[in-house]
Amino acid sequence: MNRVVITGTGVYSTIGKNLEEVKASLYKGKSGIGFDPARKEIGLRSGLTGIIERPKLKGMLSRRNRIGLAEQGEYAYISTLEALENAKIQQDYLEEHEAGIIFGNDTSVTPVISANDLVREKKDTTLLGSGSIFQSMNSTVTMNLSVIFKLKGVNFTVSGACASGSHAIGLGYMLIKQGLQDTIICGGAQEVNPESVQSFDGLSAFSVKEDDPAKASRPFDKSRDGLVPSGGAATVILESYESAKKRNAPILGEVIGYGFSSNGDHISVPNIDGPVRSLQMALKDAAIKKEKIDYINAHATSTVVGDNNGAQAIAEVFGEKNVPVSSTKSITGHEMWMCGASEIVYSLIMMHNSFIAPNINFETPDQFSKKLNIINHTKHHNINTFLSNSFGFGGTNSSLIVKKLL
Amino acid sequence: MNKEEIINKVNNFLVDEFELEEGQITPNSLLKEDLEIESLDFVDIAVIIEKEFGFKVVGEEMSDIRTLDDLYNYIKQHVNGS
Repeated sequence: MNRVVITGTGVYSTIGKNLEEVKASLYKGKSGIGFDPARKEIGLRSGLTGIIERPKLKGMLSRRNRIGLAEQGEYAYISTLEALENAKIQQDYLEEHEAGIIFGNDTSVTPVISANDLVREKKDTTLLGSGSIFQSMNSTVTMNLSVIFKLKGVNFTVSGACASGSHAIGLGYMLIKQGLQDTIICGGAQEVNPESVQSFDGLSAFSVKEDDPAKASRPFDKSRDGLVPSGGAATVILESYESAKKRNAPILGEVIGYGFSSNGDHISVPNIDGPVRSLQMALKDAAIKKEKIDYINAHATSTVVGDNNGAQAIAEVFGEKNVPVSSTKSITGHEMWMCGASEIVYSLIMMHNSFIAPNINFETPDQFSKKLNIINHTKHHNINTFLSNSFGFGGTNSSLIVKKLL
Repeated sequence: MNKEEIINKVNNFLVDEFELEEGQITPNSLLKEDLEIESLDFVDIAVIIEKEFGFKVVGEEMSDIRTLDDLYNYIKQHVNGS
């Protein structure tokens, strides 16, 4: 069994377009959430969203490479460029060695809607252009990036709702551990537009605290009223320890545990048992005692029931009021298919800068969150080992444990 | 529309949309070999032709087009409903 290490990370998010900007936002607890009036005009119940700017790729990528990229593919391209640079992986290395790509993504709504509208109006599919199909599929990110970076290894997208990004890293870890691949570009990507969340908005799952957007995402807080949709992309490059040492790669950490489970219960309401089993499986895989976890990046999305059950699961496994916990979703909003990967990137930033990013807006605990040691102000803290949880619709659960290579 | 207008419109979209260099564009340029216009690009050319010249491209007819001059002539034959 190979050891699996992280050699590069990259991010393009609502709290920063690169790792430096994101680090500053995490440290300051500076929110990436705002209000988008267009959402109210269309008919969404909540106008709240993470705010992100589309990158300008003309000049960076040829037309042919750009045309099949959907919005979230653009974000993933930028985050992957940063990760490859940090990993000191050049383009010729990718062409001479087999490197794979596994990204988490579960929708690509806007290209489908645009195509549908055009065909309805013109009754002619030949007017859609050559990019439409490649933008429209769930696998749009891996499909496009594998062509852009000329990758020769494993190539697919993982869809597991809000656990997509986490499972993508978990699967990459498993393949490398088993010796089936040396290098895998893992990550998660999420489109940010009203159409992609309108059905979700229709469940009344989003916060409507529109008077103060930065305070709307309040994981674990007693007055929370729902999540705030957000997105972007994050890339985490996994490599076998041998391969990383051979090419003198920087090593940011080691993935030592991956746990997963399904709830076998309600399609949207999480339970406690499923997440508990995912957490326990990750700890068992890591072969460490739970006391070794220095920080938990909680899934906690700021929904009433979700945060309750997440808190109870953590308390059940780790006991009460000990391991420091925060949900960075208080700062970023819920990055959905991206979050499993981005929260690894955020936790690594904390690990390498010895701080815990605050769970902002946590002002009043409720009966469940009071059992946890929730950090609501930036705390200087040595993190050698962290755990990150992601739980999604359908009761899919994923837990990852990463350790600093000392 | 006369051939010169067609040439201007086509060359403009080759530069703007397809990001070709002006220097690459000569009537004898081979679309595939010289300008690297491949199968998926023809899909997009069909869309642009409909928008700029107002007629629907028939895919099979495009397969005879090898040079830029062939393309100009093809458009000249079909524009204005002729």
